[in-house]
Amino acid sequence: MSTTIIWTIVIIAVLGLVLAVILFLVAERFKVEEDPRIDLVEKAMPGANCGGCGFAGCRAFADAAVKADTLDGIFCPVGGNDTMKQVAAILGRTVAEKAPAVAVVRCNGTCAARPKVNDYQGASSCKVKAALYAGDTGCSFGCLGCGDCVEACQFGALKMDPETGLPVVDEALCTACGSCVKACPKALIELRPKGPRGMREFVSCVNKDKGPSARKACANACIGCGICVKTCTHGAIVLENNVAWIDPSLCKLCRECEALCPTGAIHGVNFPKPLDKEAVKNRVQERQKKAREAEAAAKAAAAAQTKED
Amino acid sequence: MKRTFSIGGVHPHDNKISRDCAIEVLPLPQTVYIQLSQHIGAPAQPLVAVGDKVKVGQPVGEPGGFVSAYIHSSVSGTVKSIGPRKDLAGNNQLCIEIAVEGDEWLEGIDTSDTLVSEIPGDNKAILEKIRLGGVVGLGGATFPTHVKLSPPPGKKCEMLIINGCECEPYLTSDFRTLLEKGEQVAVGTAILKQVLGVEQATIAIEENKPEAIAHMEEVLAALRGRASAYEGIRVMSLRKRYPQGGEKQLIDAVMHRQVPSGALPIDVGAVVQNVATALAVYDAVQKNKPIVDNSVTVTGECFPRQANLLVRVGTPLSYIIDYLGGMPADAAKVISGGPMMGRAVANLDAATLKGTSSLLFLTRAQTERRAEGPCIRCGKCAEACPMGLEPFLLNRLARAGMTAELEENAVQDCIECGCCLYSCPAGIPLLDHIRMAKGQVLGIIRARNAKK
Repeated sequence: MSTTIIWTIVIIAVLGLVLAVILFLVAERFKVEEDPRIDLVEKAMPGANCGGCGFAGCRAFADAAVKADTLDGIFCPVGGNDTMKQVAAILGRTVAEKAPAVAVVRCNGTCAARPKVNDYQGASSCKVKAALYAGDTGCSFGCLGCGDCVEACQFGALKMDPETGLPVVDEALCTACGSCVKACPKALIELRPKGPRGMREFVSCVNKDKGPSARKACANACIGCGICVKTCTHGAIVLENNVAWIDPSLCKLCRECEALCPTGAIHGVNFPKPLDKEAVKNRVQERQKKAREAEAAAKAAAAAQTKED
Repeated sequence: MKRTFSIGGVHPHDNKISRDCAIEVLPLPQTVYIQLSQHIGAPAQPLVAVGDKVKVGQPVGEPGGFVSAYIHSSVSGTVKSIGPRKDLAGNNQLCIEIAVEGDEWLEGIDTSDTLVSEIPGDNKAILEKIRLGGVVGLGGATFPTHVKLSPPPGKKCEMLIINGCECEPYLTSDFRTLLEKGEQVAVGTAILKQVLGVEQATIAIEENKPEAIAHMEEVLAALRGRASAYEGIRVMSLRKRYPQGGEKQLIDAVMHRQVPSGALPIDVGAVVQNVATALAVYDAVQKNKPIVDNSVTVTGECFPRQANLLVRVGTPLSYIIDYLGGMPADAAKVISGGPMMGRAVANLDAATLKGTSSLLFLTRAQTERRAEGPCIRCGKCAEACPMGLEPFLLNRLARAGMTAELEENAVQDCIECGCCLYSCPAGIPLLDHIRMAKGQVLGIIRARNAKK
């Protein structure tokens, strides 16, 4: 009886030892030489594996960062500048600072402003809906409201507002990884610089229809009137395909465009004081009047000059 | 036992309640909106400018590429505008707006009813006439017909199949065309047969249309007495089953040949054309008449008046509805096409296209979707799929966005017939997800081929 137990233990132990030796030999023989810095970089990463950097997870990012000659074009949006500094220190390279960004939803077609014109019964997915038709409102560019972006966000930074039917970004949680940008079939979400103390101006609409039909579909639409372009003294606003876009690198946050926008399509967020639309409007009109007068005076002077000659 | 296709399929009730309504001509609307993209392939390029006077049958758009088609004015009048307008799905499409003035046809178009059964001998000239007539496949896909009739070198067509199945419930426009314009369809078939250089042609009709089968047999017997071109054309009665009108299913039913994944019908020696296309070919070749009108079934239990209408291309849907007595109060959904494959109309101001075959009105009770339940792996969808796919699997893969696996499981072969969704006892929106995934996978395949 006891001999059976002893023999069993001996056989198992010997077997285990032989297999361990074989495993060790095989591991030595087929060892893959890997740069140890890949492990170090991976440890410095946030470990979200979100794919926001464009690589398939943090390990793939680390691999690419180690193999690349410079860190230009390689950026971890979740970890931000701190992580990139650590990565640069590990690899002994330099990295340029990037302004922190945040996801911005460019649609303000709330349920109240953008009436439904039909009833969608299909699968609850923006992608499916977009493949079928223009959507259940008159606007074929706006938010479809099925929440593909909410599902795509791994950080819980997006929520659907039941009142407006639009997604809302929680700035504290958003890492600007860009998952929602890819998930939105209407390309509504843009990553924009957070701005000083979070203050920023943006056009919250992408409707490319001409003014009247955009307005008919949604009271809050950008109608491409161009008032903002004329108002802006910094040349920060571009009007293309009947829709305006504010260049965040040129915008000086004067909020004049926001005050003058006839449909309220331009939004300013995180400003300490509420916008006094009337005061700004008066200021702009005064300035434009003066400019017109000056121009007329200059013209008259030029005409007088030519007459004298 | 009558023939049918070998795998999958379902048996929806056929509800052909407008079958006894003769085709009537819809009076001209005041304005038509002619869309420049009415076919598969590149959109047409406008040939007219604002303010131009046009006549019926005058080309207003020329092909924008090899796979593209001519677009003609369906009315006479003045071009009011050329610009974007919302289509059936609510998306912007370039349209030519024409204000109707009288009904003056372009010179050279024979508008009489006399049958021209003598077929010209020059195949090249026939093909050119089909191309200039803007003829596209009217069975639903709207693929330019002249391209389909020019098989790549080395491929030989053995059998021409004229698709008169009309397997979708409710639709009766092809049935009425067979009954009322059987002679013209037969001549169109003979023209197609001659161009393709085939001996055999089959007009395939489902057994639930015995009048059409009998009528076509009579017509062919009479024509055979007149010319030898009509030898080799026969009528085949098929067992009723959806989606028999699908190209690959019909080839399987008629010839017992299966078109492999990724291959074309011509690879197994078949060319399939719809009944309405055969009629359009007759009009283009024998009468010089391009596609300016087509028959549209307007039907639904809740709709006050069933009808089969001959509608000019570009007629606003709201005009058709008003003509027949207005929108019924209990109609909740308007579908362009049949109830299985048709698309819900999101915009009633949109205009008809060459390929518009039907307007179907359904009540809320008829269209309400069941709440989605869990998949119990019963396999009914896989049994119903006529392409031999596994919809339950494709649905899961589509939701997970696994495009490589979707391609391995041949999502690109899906014909969007809706049999899976129809047979699912759990009410899972299978087709919604599969169709979306198919679009993505086709995009990936196209991008890969473009790189090569």
